[in-house]
This record gives sequence, structure tokens and C-alpha cells, in this order.
Amino acid sequence: MGWFYAPAQRGDVARQMARIGATLGALWFSAGAWAQQAAQQVDDMPGGPKVHQLNLIEPATAIARDQHWIHNFVMVICVLIFIAVFGVMFYSVWKHRKSKGAKSASFHESTAVEIAWTVVPLLIVVGMALPATRMVVEQKDTSGADITVKATGMQWKWGYEYLKGEGEGISIYSTLTTPQEQIDNKAPKSQTYLTEVDEPLVVPVDKKVRVVLTANDVIHAFYVPALGIKQDAIPGFLRDTWFRAERPGTFRGYCAELCGKNHAFMPIVVEVKSAEDYKSWVAERKKAMAAQADDPNKDWQVPDLVARGEKVYGANCAACHQAAGTGIPGAFPALKEDKVVLGPQEEQISVLLNGQGGAGKMPAWKQLSDVEIASVITYTRNAWGNKAEDNIVQPREVAAARNK
Amino acid sequence: MSAVLDHHGHADHAHDHPHGLRRWLFATNHKDIGTLYLWFSFAMLIVGGLNALLLRAELFQPGLQIVKPEVFNQLTTMHGLIMVFGAIMPAFVGFANWQIPLMVGAPDMAFARMNNFSFWLLIPSALLLVGSYFAPGGAAAGGWTMYAPLSIQMGPGMDMVIFAVHLLGASSIMGSINIITTILNMRAPGMTLMKMPMFVWTWLITAYLLIAVMPVLAGAITMTLTDRHFGTSFFNAAGGGDPVMFQHIFWFFGHPEVYIMILPAFGIVSEIIPTFARKRLFGYPSMVYATSSIAILSFIVWAHHMFTTGMPAMGQLFFMYATMLIAVPTGVKVFNWVATMWRGSMTFETPMLFAIGFIFVFTMGGLTGIILSVAPLDIQLHDTYYVVAHFHYVLVAGSLFALFAGTYFWLPKWTGHMYDEGLGKLHFWASLITFNLTFFPMHFLGLAGMPRRYADYAMQFADFNAFVSVAAFGFGLSQLIFLWAVIKCIRGGKPATAQVWEGAHGLEWTVPSPAPFHTFETPPTVK
Repeated sequence: MGWFYAPAQRGDVARQMARIGATLGALWFSAGAWAQQAAQQVDDMPGGPKVHQLNLIEPATAIARDQHWIHNFVMVICVLIFIAVFGVMFYSVWKHRKSKGAKSASFHESTAVEIAWTVVPLLIVVGMALPATRMVVEQKDTSGADITVKATGMQWKWGYEYLKGEGEGISIYSTLTTPQEQIDNKAPKSQTYLTEVDEPLVVPVDKKVRVVLTANDVIHAFYVPALGIKQDAIPGFLRDTWFRAERPGTFRGYCAELCGKNHAFMPIVVEVKSAEDYKSWVAERKKAMAAQADDPNKDWQVPDLVARGEKVYGANCAACHQAAGTGIPGAFPALKEDKVVLGPQEEQISVLLNGQGGAGKMPAWKQLSDVEIASVITYTRNAWGNKAEDNIVQPREVAAARNK
Repeated sequence: MSAVLDHHGHADHAHDHPHGLRRWLFATNHKDIGTLYLWFSFAMLIVGGLNALLLRAELFQPGLQIVKPEVFNQLTTMHGLIMVFGAIMPAFVGFANWQIPLMVGAPDMAFARMNNFSFWLLIPSALLLVGSYFAPGGAAAGGWTMYAPLSIQMGPGMDMVIFAVHLLGASSIMGSINIITTILNMRAPGMTLMKMPMFVWTWLITAYLLIAVMPVLAGAITMTLTDRHFGTSFFNAAGGGDPVMFQHIFWFFGHPEVYIMILPAFGIVSEIIPTFARKRLFGYPSMVYATSSIAILSFIVWAHHMFTTGMPAMGQLFFMYATMLIAVPTGVKVFNWVATMWRGSMTFETPMLFAIGFIFVFTMGGLTGIILSVAPLDIQLHDTYYVVAHFHYVLVAGSLFALFAGTYFWLPKWTGHMYDEGLGKLHFWASLITFNLTFFPMHFLGLAGMPRRYADYAMQFADFNAFVSVAAFGFGLSQLIFLWAVIKCIRGGKPATAQVWEGAHGLEWTVPSPAPFHTFETPPTVK
């Protein structure tokens, strides 16, 4: 499939090489790069890594605390073995050298010693396996959850749906908010660079939260170090994991399974709230949802749809087609002055609902609501100097196309 | 092949030394083919290393400076594939070609022309791998593990990788058949299996592993290919397939593959330590049994690469226990090497330095392996830089250092000259120090949670990353010393004796240095 639809990108490597040459020079032979970074004071990230952190992240769940404990436990054993083995080896290197007149002995086997150094490591390993076994069983026990959230990995963001428990019915898309200028080094980077999102996953403290995972496209992994969880999100399958946060706070995590170009740009932020705060958050959300529940037959005006569509575009489309609608030549088509965007609206609606070009190309966006699709289409038809003849699509037109 | 040779066949083949291009293109001599393998793998080491340095340059600072994220993913993918399939594996086959006939007293490899074919298959596959950068959409970018369904999304670069890996697999299987046949049928009279040098033993076991698992990999990537182009749904849930099945099949190949890359390294180190300790290898039979145990266990641990896929608790426990068990025979090997050194009469020429460096640094990788085997803890560390540190400790400090040790050890036998000891030692110390500076801080990054295969990262990870990148360039540059030392040794140097090393034992040291074009045409007798 890829062969026929992939746009030509032959010149890409050559262009990259030229850029590499130019940048390498600038990077290492001018102090500028260092100065820029030195000028920017970096502090520990709350709920994320500390500067120069040497060990696991400060735990916020019993499971993460257990992981700390077993890491220390196994680490101590390993260091002791290391010191013992290399103590002997370096003593021998020091003492039994020809230049010191050492004569080589002739022994080359000893059944007793060999049995000893087979059995002793075996016992040590059993000693490690025992506490580890208890922890595996605990980590795997997702029963009796207070709240169940379904997390869906998508190229390249997370979707959260509250399936059961307080907050049931809430649905969120969570997208990176770090501005592109920071990534492109055109603006100073924030303290939470690449670990900040528009809509965090909000959960109450001291409640067992079961996270059910799946993915829309490729495999992603839901990794929050402070909570001690990492679970792959696999398209077409459901997997689950759980955590019970012991204190309120913001905990930051990552997608941990290579999922394509923006793998590094789909962080996870979990906000743990006190019971009351969570309650009011749920109430607020529900109210907002009711307000947002759009009347399907309402006639929208262009400015309203454009305003809504700009947000939808930023969250869903800008990763590939770029904020300025320019696309990336050779990889992702520009929407500015694109003939589908300027042409009949039926075709554009169909592309959004059904995708185009097969795997790795424009995916289907069925999961967006009729209003979202109508607004983003209207946005593209009016943004960046685009002046489409048909410059507005009403949500009911999308609904009609969807139900056809 | 034979028709081609007959066309030029007016000379007596057995005693003709072909010259120029024909010597290499039509090479059937195990020494020539060994040389080809070694130069090929060094070239790939440089190419794979350049990939690594480019991605380290990008990671020098947070933010995107040099490459776009999609190109970054291509670099990590190709770095892994080129190093595993292009550099480390062919290098060990090169050693097998040069050394196994010399060490078992055979005149050549069993199937000389198939041997030629095994090598020349590598060239098109290397061209496919490197050439995929120029395909529309660029090289494969789904990681060297090629996990579906991401690998289904790639452009034609992925197909080129699939074909390249098929060719490399065919080459490895033919090479393995050759090695097994040579070892089992062509040993000198008197050399029983339990008298074989350890290097030969480890390669015999490795060759069986290769034959067992390369077809499995071929199956996995063929299914990827048909999913991509012919509408099958092996790994597509929507069509009744399972993306996780790819991982099971891949790692059923992938874990034995890890031992394919380390067992011959154990063999090389087991030759070098006794030579420079001037003392017999301690516990030879237990070394053989330990190697076999590792090989057998390697088939039942694959899913420890998949603890986060969400397998049931019983599955996690089984694979955790089995993985921990591997520590036992591996420990036996390390203890035996130390016991060999104990009360020896040691000198520290470059091969010995690299062998001791191997034991020291490889063991660190082994110990982090034990930490990773603890399933509840692996949940934290899986797919972070901790894993990157771990496998570079076993594959660079393990396999690559053993390859350097072996090169310095046998180079006088191959070239007839002693290498420059000063250069060798400089290479060792530069490599050891820059290696640790590069990879040790990655443990900290991983513990702090930095995921691997990230083109960009949080500010708090910046200083360690900058440090690692600078050190990586140091490690890369250190390898030029190796190239210099080898070329200098080929061009001249103190003539080497047949024995070369004072403590050397074994058939390869009974032939003159450089080893003549044909050796052991009448088999020696081993007492």
C-alpha cells in the first residue's frame, strides 16, 4: 500500500544532510547554544523528574513504593555480588601478575567450588523472586475499582472516557500544549516542557482507579512513573492496570511505546484531587457538557464555527498539516490552497469521516462529533487566506453524510 | 557458481592463488572469506555508528535542532538493525571462518562455495538497508523490533528492510550449516568434542540457535509483508489478527538472538584469559554445560521483553522465574574466568585488557539484567533509557569488546605482524572510559523515567543527555584508533612467531604466521 500512496520524499535526506552540516557547526563551535540553556534556569518538575535525578521518581502509590523497595533490595544484592566478584578479580590482577614473579598454579577444576557457585546464586535468585511474586499478583489485581477510565492511545494524543464510578460519562481528549516555537527553539522552554497537556486525566485521591487501555491506530503505552504503572495500549484489544494515588498532586508521564513521528509529544498528565475537589470538578464538567451538547439542528454562523474549528484543528490536525496549514512537503499535504478544501464540501466531509490513502496517511476522524467536524472544515475553508466558495458546513450536513 | 569458475578454470584451483577482484568475488578460501566478513562488519559498524552519532547530536539539547522526529525514528531503527545484523553478527561469522578450521585442524570450511554465497548475500542486504534512506518516506522508522501495526504504516523503506533481513537470515542459516558441518565432521583425529577449544564450542551452540530462530524471524517479517501488501490480517485486530502475536514471534527469535551475539564472545574471552594467565581454563566441562544451559533457557524467556503488554500474572511469573534462572549459568561463566585468572601468571597485552574489560563491564550489564528481570520493577524500567543502558552494556561492552579482544589476539596470526601495543592499549582505555561515560548516565535517565526512542525530552533530562552525547562522540572517535592499529599491523610491524603468545595453546598456533593460504591439508593429530 505504502508504495503507491507515499508522497515522494527523495530529496529529504539530502536536505537533512545540508541542515545537519550547518547545524553541527553552529551547535558545537559557538557558545550560543550553551549560553541559551545556561540562561534558562531549570527547576525540578513537580510530579515529574527532578534535575539530575539519579533514582526512581518519588512514589505516589503503594505499588510505586514497592517498586522502590524491590529496586533497592535487588540493587544492594547486585552491588554486593559486584564487589565480591571484582574484589577477587582485581586482587588477582594485582597479585598474580608475571611482572611480580607470579608462577601459574596448575589447578583447573574443583567440584565442590563449582557446585557452591551454582547453588548459592540459585538461592539468591529465589530470594529475589519471592517478594517480586507478591508484587506481580498485587499489580495484576484490577478488581474492586471505584472508578474505571478508558484511555485510548491515538497518534498522537490520549482520549479518556469515564466508564464507571463518580464522573461516569465524562469524555476528554488530552493533547500536548507545549507551543511549537519552544520545540523549534524559538522561545524559551517552560519548566514542564513536553509534559504539559490541555486536559489532564483527573481522578480522586485514595480511590482505586482502573485504567482500561486500547488504541486507535498503533500500539502506545500509558506510563506514569510516580504512580508505578506502565501498560501497553493495543489497537483492537483491551488491557487494564490500576492505581490508588495516596496524595493529591499532578503526576506526569509519557507514551512509552514507539508510535510514530510524534511519539515524544503525547505526554500523560494525571491530576489527583481531594474528594471534594473531584466532586466539584465532575459537577463543573457535567454542566459544561450539557451546555456543549449542541442542538443538532441549530444553524451556525461562520465566525462561531471558525472559532470552534480552530481549537479542533489545533488538537487534531496541526500535528501533520501544521498550524499554518502548510503541511510538510513530501510527507503531509498542505491545506492552504488545497483543492479538496476549496472544492465541493461533500468530498471534504467524506475524507474526514472515512480517511484517505490507506495506512499511515489521512486517518478517519469518525470519533469527532458532527459539530467538531463541521467546525474544523469551516475553519480550513476560511483560514490562511483560503476563500472557498462553499465556506460553511453545518453539523447536520455532517450528520447526514455520516448516516448515509 | 561452478559454471562461472569453470569458465576461468584453466589453472589448478587447489593451488592457485587468485588475485585482484577475482580473489574476493570468487573466494572459497575460509581465510579470505573471513577477512571479507570482518571488513564488511567494520564498515557496517562505522555506518551504524554514524547513525548513532547523528541521533546523539539531536539529543544533545532539548528541542529539535538537527533532524525532524520522523528522521530521528529512522536513525534509531537503522542504528539497531545495522549494528545487530550488519556489524555484530557478521563479525562473529568472520571469526568463525578464520578460526574454526584452524582450531579444529580442518583444511577449510565444509561447503566452500556456499560460504562464498553466504558472504556475498550480505552486500545486497547492506545496500537495501542503507539505501532505504532514499526511499519515498525514508527508511523504516518502527524501531529495530519492527512492531506491528506501526511497521504496517511505513513506506517502501520497510519493504527494503524486510528483504534485507530475509537475505541476512538466509546468509546466517547457510553460515550456520557450514559451521556445524565443519565442526562435527572435520575435526582433526583425536579431537573429541570435549577437547574442542571453547570458541569452537560456543560457535557450535550459536549455529544451532541461528538455525532454530532465523526462520522464525523470517516468518514474522513475511507476515508483516503480506499484511502490508496482500490484504492479510495476521497482526490486524480488525481482521481477526493480533498485534501482540508479532511481539511473541519476534522475541521468540529475539531472545535467542541476544545469545547468538554473546555466546561466541564468551568463546573468545575463554580463549584469551587462559593464554595470558598462562593457566588452563578453569572448569572446562562446566563452561560447556553452562553455555548449553544458557542456549536452552534462551528459548523460554522471550516474553520478559513484553511484561507491559498485559499478559496474565501467571505468564509474568513464569517468564520472570525463567529469566532469573539464566543468571545462574551466566554467573558460572564469570566465576570460571575469575578462577582461571586466580593464581595465574598474568600479563596484560591488549587482548587481555579487552577480555578483562569485557568481564568487568559485561557483568554490569548482566546485573542490570537481573534488575530488569524482576517483573514488577520492569514495569517502571521497560522502554526507558535504563534498558538502553542495559543492552549496550551487554552488546557493546560485551560483544564488541570481545570482538576487539579477539582481533588483537589473532591479528598477528592473520597478518604475520605484531600490532602496535601502544595503539592497542590507547584504544582499550579510550574505549573503556568513553563507553562508561556514554552509557552509565543512561541508567539514571531511565530510572528518572525518560522513555527511549524519544526525539525530544523534558528540560530536567538535559544535562545528562548533553554529557552522554559528548561522550558518545568520544567513543565513536576512539574506534578510529582501532582502524589505525589494524591497518598499521597489516602494513607491517614486528614479525610474529608461529606461537605469537607465550601462553598460547591450540592448533592455530602450530601453523606459521601469517597463516598460509592453505593449512592442515593433512590433518594434525591431537593427543
